[in-house]
Amino acid sequence: MYAADGSRPWTFYAFAAFFALFVAFLYGPMVVIYVLSFQGPSGGMTFPMNGVSLHWFDALISQSRVGDIAGSFQRSIALAAIVAIVTVLVSVLAGLAFRRPFRGSAFAFYLAIASLIMPGLFVGLGIALTFRLLGLPTGWYSSGLGAQLTWTLPFGLLIMFAVLGRFNRSYEEAATDLGATNWQKLKEVTLPMLLPGIIGVALFGFTLSYDEIARTALAAGAKNTLPLEIWAMTTNVTSPTLYAVGAVTTIVSFVVIMVALTSIGAIQRRRSRSKT
Amino acid sequence: MTSIEHAAALLEEQAPPAENAGERASWWQVAPMVAVLTLFFGLPMLVVLVVSFFDFDRSDIIPAFILDNYVELFTREVTLRLYASSLKFALIVWAITLLIGFNIAYFLVFHVRGLLVQIGLFLLCTVPFLTSNIIRMISWIPFLGRNGIFNQALQGAGITNAPLEFLLFSDFAVVVAYVHLFTLFMVVPIFNAMARIDKSLLEASRDAGAGRVRTVFEVVLPLSRTGIALGSIFVITLVMGDSFVVRTMSGGQSASVVSALQNEVAALQYPPAAASAVIMVIIVTLMVAGILRLVDVRKELAR
Repeated sequence: MYAADGSRPWTFYAFAAFFALFVAFLYGPMVVIYVLSFQGPSGGMTFPMNGVSLHWFDALISQSRVGDIAGSFQRSIALAAIVAIVTVLVSVLAGLAFRRPFRGSAFAFYLAIASLIMPGLFVGLGIALTFRLLGLPTGWYSSGLGAQLTWTLPFGLLIMFAVLGRFNRSYEEAATDLGATNWQKLKEVTLPMLLPGIIGVALFGFTLSYDEIARTALAAGAKNTLPLEIWAMTTNVTSPTLYAVGAVTTIVSFVVIMVALTSIGAIQRRRSRSKT
Repeated sequence: MTSIEHAAALLEEQAPPAENAGERASWWQVAPMVAVLTLFFGLPMLVVLVVSFFDFDRSDIIPAFILDNYVELFTREVTLRLYASSLKFALIVWAITLLIGFNIAYFLVFHVRGLLVQIGLFLLCTVPFLTSNIIRMISWIPFLGRNGIFNQALQGAGITNAPLEFLLFSDFAVVVAYVHLFTLFMVVPIFNAMARIDKSLLEASRDAGAGRVRTVFEVVLPLSRTGIALGSIFVITLVMGDSFVVRTMSGGQSASVVSALQNEVAALQYPPAAASAVIMVIIVTLMVAGILRLVDVRKELAR
């Protein structure tokens, strides 16, 4: 793609400009609402800023008319943690299963893909109806949890496929040759080697659950998760409080992403150091 | 997507099965996932199918076997309008995300030098996907509103005299939000497909006298078709299945099949909602099957 002297063709600059525009399109609006969340007490939903204050964050906590933000936030964090743990356990195990041929593998694979691309609201509707017919009460920790797993497990499986596709099996064979039992092999060789990928699965499990709405909407029961609470706010709150809650929830997402990425990075660095 | 590839390769190679310890181990390992998905996906979808034949009154669903819900659905005039609206959004958003996704992936694969830079830029595109869709959606409000940033900028520059009304709470806003939310689902599969293209093929194409544009259309595009097909499946199913974006960003002025279904559920009319869901699943399945017919993803992936 390069000229003989290594200089960039003009198309590179055109594409780079396009890419920069795309990144601005992705991040621009988000940055704007973080700025606007510090709007002064008399400020509105858009520029100009009428001073700078923490007024709208304060309104979130005092929760006079913005609903149950604190409660839904706690529920969402708890649910996301449970979903992340279950997703790691179940999809890592399922990923390992697909390393050898087995009867029914096509069924399991297509079940996961169908679950992934099914419109989320339908899954929630089905779960709500099933619980209703069985006479069970719906709740975020039961029907809501199940609804979110139909979204995070297939994602976790796909990530495991990508991770295992690059996995070098000769290390496991070496462990067997050295007399390791199957359990030792899994615990001492396979899982440690897969650790960065497993952290990736946990990251996706947590964030996809924390932000999920379509599947949860009809299956969450009486108490809302945070995205449902925010969605309810969009219809009746017309103040920068909406941006304040957006800023807070995005900060939580970013912290989780940063923790996951830095730990993956630390593992990779330690590995490349121990190799040299 | 390397992951699907890997699975497809496994499925293709599948040796004549033999009952052995390895197969039993695989069954145990895959069992929890199959159990969860059967309970919370397979069974509920079956229940939707069954309930679509049920009767209902103001507060309850009544077990029965009637076709009224389907007859009602097919004879209502609004059904056609809702499907036309959903299909219109799906097609427009598909075309835009494909155009953007292809170019972004092309830039990342063929123009960016150095693996670390490539990973960094790829993550830059991925991170917003891990943050709240609703927040990303409402973040367009200060941009597109009557007194929003666009209108302020347009008027400030003297391009328009009065604020443009069509920006927010309109079909335009719905499309902007969809493109913002879903382009990544196009970028990632196309990126994966392009990353597997042997770069020497591009050089060969140039040596044979093809220009840049011809090389893209006759070499890169055909070799990325698996990624394009997967990305298209994601984007089309996401748009067809959405109700939240269309409700919020159109300000209630536009509807989709699924947002109408959500209204029925809110009115406790479960059987008609279930019938609507069944028809929608059939239509989406036909669309996905059509894409898979054009591009044999499994055969391509096993290459």
